[in-house]
Amino acid sequence: MKLKFLLIFFLPAILWITFSGTVSRAKKITLLNLSYDPTRELYEEFNNAFAKHWKNQTGEDVTIYQSHGGSGKQARTIIDGLEADVVTLALAYDIDAIAERAGLLDQNWQSLLPNNSCPYTSTIVFLVRKGNPKNIRDWDDLAKPGIQIITPNPKISGGARWNYLAAWGVALHKWDRDEQKAMSFLKTIFKNVPVLDSGARGAATTFIERKIGDVLITWENEAYLAVNKLAGDQFEIIVPSLSILAEPPVALVKRNADQHGTRRMAEEYLKYLYSEEGQIIAARHYFRPQSESVAQRYADQFQPVKLFTIKDVFGSWKKAQRTHFSDGGTFDQIYEN
Amino acid sequence: MFLLKQRSSLPGFHLALGYTVFYLSLIVLIPLSTLFIKSSSLDWKTFIDIVSAPRTLAAIRLSFSTAFVAASVNVFFGFMIAWVLARYRFPGKKIIDALIDFPFALPTAVAGIALTALYSPHGWVGRYLYSWGIESAYSPLGITLALIFIGLPFVVRTIEPVIQELDPELEEAAASLGAGRWQTFGRVLFPVLLPPLLTGFNLAFARGIAEYGSIIFIAGNMPGKTEIAPLLIITKLEQFDYTGATAIAVVMLTISFILLAITNFLQWWASKRIGIN
Amino acid sequence: MSQSRQEPTIIRRILITIALWYIGFFLVLPLMIVFASALHQGVGVYLSSLHDPMTLAAIRLTLLTAVVAVPLNLFFGIAASWAIVKFDFRGKNLLLTLIDLPLSVSPVISGLIYVLLFGAHGAWGPWLKAHGIQIIFTPAAIILTTLFVTFPLVARELIPMMKTLGNDEEEAAITLGAGGFKTFWYVTLPNIKWGLLYGVLLCNARAMGEFGAVSVVSGHIRGLTNTLPLHIEILYNEYQFTAAFAAASLLVFLALVTLVAKSLIELKFKAEQMPLLKGK
Repeated sequence: MKLKFLLIFFLPAILWITFSGTVSRAKKITLLNLSYDPTRELYEEFNNAFAKHWKNQTGEDVTIYQSHGGSGKQARTIIDGLEADVVTLALAYDIDAIAERAGLLDQNWQSLLPNNSCPYTSTIVFLVRKGNPKNIRDWDDLAKPGIQIITPNPKISGGARWNYLAAWGVALHKWDRDEQKAMSFLKTIFKNVPVLDSGARGAATTFIERKIGDVLITWENEAYLAVNKLAGDQFEIIVPSLSILAEPPVALVKRNADQHGTRRMAEEYLKYLYSEEGQIIAARHYFRPQSESVAQRYADQFQPVKLFTIKDVFGSWKKAQRTHFSDGGTFDQIYEN
Repeated sequence: MFLLKQRSSLPGFHLALGYTVFYLSLIVLIPLSTLFIKSSSLDWKTFIDIVSAPRTLAAIRLSFSTAFVAASVNVFFGFMIAWVLARYRFPGKKIIDALIDFPFALPTAVAGIALTALYSPHGWVGRYLYSWGIESAYSPLGITLALIFIGLPFVVRTIEPVIQELDPELEEAAASLGAGRWQTFGRVLFPVLLPPLLTGFNLAFARGIAEYGSIIFIAGNMPGKTEIAPLLIITKLEQFDYTGATAIAVVMLTISFILLAITNFLQWWASKRIGIN
Repeated sequence: MSQSRQEPTIIRRILITIALWYIGFFLVLPLMIVFASALHQGVGVYLSSLHDPMTLAAIRLTLLTAVVAVPLNLFFGIAASWAIVKFDFRGKNLLLTLIDLPLSVSPVISGLIYVLLFGAHGAWGPWLKAHGIQIIFTPAAIILTTLFVTFPLVARELIPMMKTLGNDEEEAAITLGAGGFKTFWYVTLPNIKWGLLYGVLLCNARAMGEFGAVSVVSGHIRGLTNTLPLHIEILYNEYQFTAAFAAASLLVFLALVTLVAKSLIELKFKAEQMPLLKGK
């Protein structure tokens, strides 16, 4: 009786101790790609393609694990010790933070791959309800009274930061770099925002499933995904006259990959994103490809739009983050009174 | 620290207490202490600045007021439900009784999604409420509704056993002395039931201040209006401001601790007064 | 039940009606919406969405977490309630308060403390890393966090129950010469077994359902560190609403099984107690 009793209580403890030691990394070849929310479908397809490509090249089987979440949260996960081999995040600031705070990659990481380490780009567009009942055509229309806008909270969502900076950049362009005017423009826009969701997908759900709001500000690829995957006949995509060039960067987490001995494969993984097949997969998931030939093939899919970059308007992501989204930044000022 | 007050004939005090304290330290105290260590790297002025920022205060005020209202509503109705479940017989009682624990067992994210689907302007309930001009989602009311859902089992489960175990002689004696039902309730039963009611209130309240997963979907998260305190912690973390996050966490933790201490003191005081022990 | 303990019929009816409405509005409606959404596209879609390998991996991890966390907390619950109920000592109220504390700690904080402890820049993180041990963002961290969140549940069930039972039977057994463990096994355990089971059921339900805290320490690697509640969020974020609610309905179903089991336990408990009560 007593033995049984002891066994019942201690067996799990023993199990756990043995288990926790062995589970961290099994002995097969694996690669961990830590990414942000809207790339789930993209990387699901790309990982399969890459596994095949790697098998052809080296004969090795590789299992690629993915993790998705808010971009900032994912960066924090790596800083706190998740040993990802590659990161594919929503904005450069988050990878800068990994380099700066954890030293897992070099500060010059963005210059190591072509196109600022962005194998694909996107932009910020509007999703409106069928027939565009509120006649929303451009950024100015967002500031009109009686319009309800859905956009996530830029303090905790990477996508929302692109939305915010797009609006800010457009305002600076319109009022000839007058920060005061830009501020009041943003204030009027955010007066029209009834809900600040915690992420891009959450905001899309609020707009699509909960049927709240007249316009959703979102990534171009997310807008297409929503239209094509979910009851597309209920929505229309509106591309504004001017928008931001959203550059989601990718990087090798050098120290982690070295430690796992996966560096060669991880480098090839990132390079493969720039290959023709990688570019086609990106385009199929409505990311704008960097390759000229692939871009031409998918030219019908992407409406032409005048784009400005973070660098043009804000100098760098670090500066943009500090002025706009840190505590006491312009976003906080909007809600201050 | 833990000294035996009087000798007991039962064995195992040192073993049981030793193990309790050891396991408590391992799982709860050591991890929680890291919060205090981390936030102690802040000097007092910065700590006060973070905690007393208007935004922080607004969030804490919102968390407290919604939790307070929800806990109050739950104490009132939870008491009624506990009474009905403990004293009356009616068809389907077993199922109802089992349902009470449902919010406790449901993952908070699912609760949040389900409640938002229910109370948002086009939801099953929301569409009626909104047509009467009641904003039942993305508002403090929405948060309160979610907290009512989360807190109900805490209230019912604290009061129900006490009602079941009430000494019948108490009420019979009161009745035989000519007290009416209301008088018996007000003068005899209510004083006995007050401590568990307060305990239930405090548990639901503490849970309400802390809740995150189910609120984030229904709150709307507007700074200064519908931004709850745990969301502020996340916001700080998002800026890699670990110390700022722990500062708010320490404040919330201290408040929870004080509330629980009051609860346990009340129970101890009540059992002393009534003389159960 | 004697007349003196009953309210008039009309009051009784009113109270029952209010209670039922309240429960219907606040508990039954959310329950219905989960199942309605899960079955929205028919039973076929419902079943196939549960068959996804990632969902199965999440279920496996969730079960593992519960299998480890529940017995550990059960053992603790017994030790704690024995110490607290059977003996009178200084600092008891403090101890009780500390045991309750995890219940009211925000899930965000429950996860954060383990990051501060085991994270790469945490208190023990660098040492662990130097010794090749990874805890944060592995199932081990998920289990630890679950242990924290469900920590007080068994103890909370047992303490009030043991209090009402008193010490007399155990004292008699000891006087008659039985050893400590024997006394516990043959005298205390049979008396508290139903409370114990209920505590275990609640602890289990919570262990399987915890979201917020686990989300902070998991790392969300598909097929490796996603528990069922985390997987539900992922499905939801992939616009797979039916699959999300199908997985959620599994947890709800589990909760309901737990609750029905609990009711059966109580029925049995009452049946066993009956002869005793009549004897009095």
